[in-house]
Amino acid sequence: MIRAALLALALTAGPAFAQTPAPTLAQEERARALDAEIRCVVCENEPISQSTAGMAGDMRALVRERIAAGDTDAEIRAFFADRYGDFVLLRPRASASTWALWGAPALLLAFAGVTAASLLRRRRTAGAAGEDLPAPEHDADR
Amino acid sequence: MTAELGGFLLALALVMAFVQGGLGLYAGWRRDEGLGAASAGVAQSNAIILLAAFAILVSLFLRTDYSVAVVAANSHVAKPLLYKIAGTWGNHEGSMLMWCLVSAIFAALLASFPGGMGRTLWNRAVGVQGVVTGVAIAYTLLLSSPFARLDPAPLTGKDLNPLLQDPALAIHPPMLYLGYVGLSVPFSLAIAALMEGKVDGAWARAVRPWTLIAWVTLTLGITLGSYWAYYELGWGGWWFWDPVENASFMPWLAAAALLHSAIVTERRGSMAAWTILLAIIGFGLALLGTFLVRSGVLTSVHAFAVDPQRGYAILAMLAFFVGGGLMLYAWRAPRLTEPSGFLLVSRESALVANNVGLAVATGTVLIGTLYPLMLEALTDRLISVGPPFFNVTFGPLMALLFIALPIAPFLAWRRGDLKEAWRWLQWAAYAAAGVAVVTLALLRGPIWSALGLAVGVWVLFGALLYAWKRAGSFARIAALPLAFWAMTAAHVGAGVFTIGAAVETSFRKEQAAQMLPGTSVEFAGRRVTLDDITNVEGPNYFAQRAIFSVDNRIVTAERRFYNISGTPTTEVGILGEFTGDIYIALGAPSEGTVGTRAWTVRLYFNPLVQWIFAGAGLMALGGALGLVVLARRGVKRAAPAVAATAT
Repeated sequence: MIRAALLALALTAGPAFAQTPAPTLAQEERARALDAEIRCVVCENEPISQSTAGMAGDMRALVRERIAAGDTDAEIRAFFADRYGDFVLLRPRASASTWALWGAPALLLAFAGVTAASLLRRRRTAGAAGEDLPAPEHDADR
Repeated sequence: MTAELGGFLLALALVMAFVQGGLGLYAGWRRDEGLGAASAGVAQSNAIILLAAFAILVSLFLRTDYSVAVVAANSHVAKPLLYKIAGTWGNHEGSMLMWCLVSAIFAALLASFPGGMGRTLWNRAVGVQGVVTGVAIAYTLLLSSPFARLDPAPLTGKDLNPLLQDPALAIHPPMLYLGYVGLSVPFSLAIAALMEGKVDGAWARAVRPWTLIAWVTLTLGITLGSYWAYYELGWGGWWFWDPVENASFMPWLAAAALLHSAIVTERRGSMAAWTILLAIIGFGLALLGTFLVRSGVLTSVHAFAVDPQRGYAILAMLAFFVGGGLMLYAWRAPRLTEPSGFLLVSRESALVANNVGLAVATGTVLIGTLYPLMLEALTDRLISVGPPFFNVTFGPLMALLFIALPIAPFLAWRRGDLKEAWRWLQWAAYAAAGVAVVTLALLRGPIWSALGLAVGVWVLFGALLYAWKRAGSFARIAALPLAFWAMTAAHVGAGVFTIGAAVETSFRKEQAAQMLPGTSVEFAGRRVTLDDITNVEGPNYFAQRAIFSVDNRIVTAERRFYNISGTPTTEVGILGEFTGDIYIALGAPSEGTVGTRAWTVRLYFNPLVQWIFAGAGLMALGGALGLVVLARRGVKRAAPAVAATAT
């Protein structure tokens, strides 16, 4: 039983985590940044930088191969998206179907800011027109 | 027979919950005190009935009764005691029963502690809480009964997912459920207030403690989950913007906004309609969280259940409560008048800014989480929205919010003084600027990490400077009121968290090595030696244990194989130091005989990572202190309120 379990442990484990690093330190840094943005296609929501799956190791090697071939980061992202679909990119590319996603936070902020500003504006004039300046009210000390 | 008794109790609880709901709502409408008291009594008994039903399920897990479907699918005789108990809620059916139980407990608490709120408001709130409990029980009974039998009973069980067999994860779900379901009480109070057509300081005072309970338990639940991910998943990460993490983070953000807006409503009567809206949205996000986690709509490490029928039913619940709540809001909210009379520079405005920041942050997380699901449903296109999206959107939003944070306490209500605030806060600004310069010039960190670190220092020092201003001298610091310490602990926690997150994310080191027993590697200025590898047998797993020495201290890391479910896990070795954690994960061995096999070892240095969890813990502590303050005030006020209703 123990032997069978240990054998299974050896078999289920993925291959080695380490792959040959890119030739220069700067290139390896670029590769690591890209690893964190590319989704492992056989794992459940993990970037290839974290996954111990064999597939992720192959994908990391592929990132370094493309860097060695002289591709830019954008070209490497496009390469992976062409090969595995947009699903593989954890940073969604700007396109007709993602502009709403990328624009949403700024739109929300603008909307909330304008709403709050108009409310505050009304409040201030209401307060100032009605009576004298409101007296400050401090928190109690005990 | 035991399981059948559980099913019977659950059916009884269903009827009781709707009786509680009907009585409470009718009593509020007809101003009938007797029926209101009856509704409260039903709520209290129902908590006991559900507690009994839940205890029965726990006992079935303890006895490992394989004739019960949910036990057979999630438990095994060989499992340790703690995980037999935790197995009760480590699955869909059991966790839904827990949802019902928590809802009933909150209903009983609401029924027992009316505080200073008006009679009819209280009756109606207990009534709405009864409907919430009833709908949850109906869902559980019809679509995910934990007491269903298997015939014939299987001879053995499937065991709990080994990743979940962990102390932190045993209490993570109950904490999250306390938070999720805790938000149903502010929701019930909001609906009751809309029915009354009146929102005042007393209402806001009533809603604050319940919001705090939910927020504190959510904080603890999320932190436990994050800490678990950190030491269990084996790559040293603590937050991945996974949809399931977002599912618990959104209600947390909404509850944080609600905490602050309810203070304004209590003190000044302003923002009443917005506070009501937040209470409705907060519970809606909690239901959405339940839907995302429990429907299997997401493909992620956390979503273990897949069953579309249940998903539609939870969506229907969401539509009923949030849709109904918003319709009532649209009808009644315009009648809620708000007193005015404060200047642009004031505590009120600062708290409005807080709510703008938190609401936009919540919206951003919501859109980032739902966008890929919507896009797939509408166009069949598959995209991923991962950490890079949230880092560049949520990060700057939080930075803006945190820049405003330390200023707020320095501003008085109605009319604040920015010059006076700056006179104190300039020291925090100088410290923040200094830290940013050091990060950029000496440590050569990226610009965003310098900004993040500066914001953290600004928040931390700002909170400490406010303490200094309030006290005036060292001697008087201890005499400051508890309410002040509650706020200060939470804000200091936010600063500590931000510093930890900025440092950990930008200065972490990692290295993978192939090591033979007896060999060493240099890592992060330390010498890491693989001393030995041994085989270990646990209660329901086998493991290979690696013994490392880091300089002169021993750390062990394991690879476990759970033989019943057939899954491997990693148990990392962590060496906590003042500047950070040395974190070691054992990978697979290479081919070859025992003596010549090299092992893949992943080494991480996670600087200040404990500040992240400590910061979150301080926030929870601040919330807990706030709860003590509100409870004390409630006790003081309860006596006059009872006297007032008696006359």
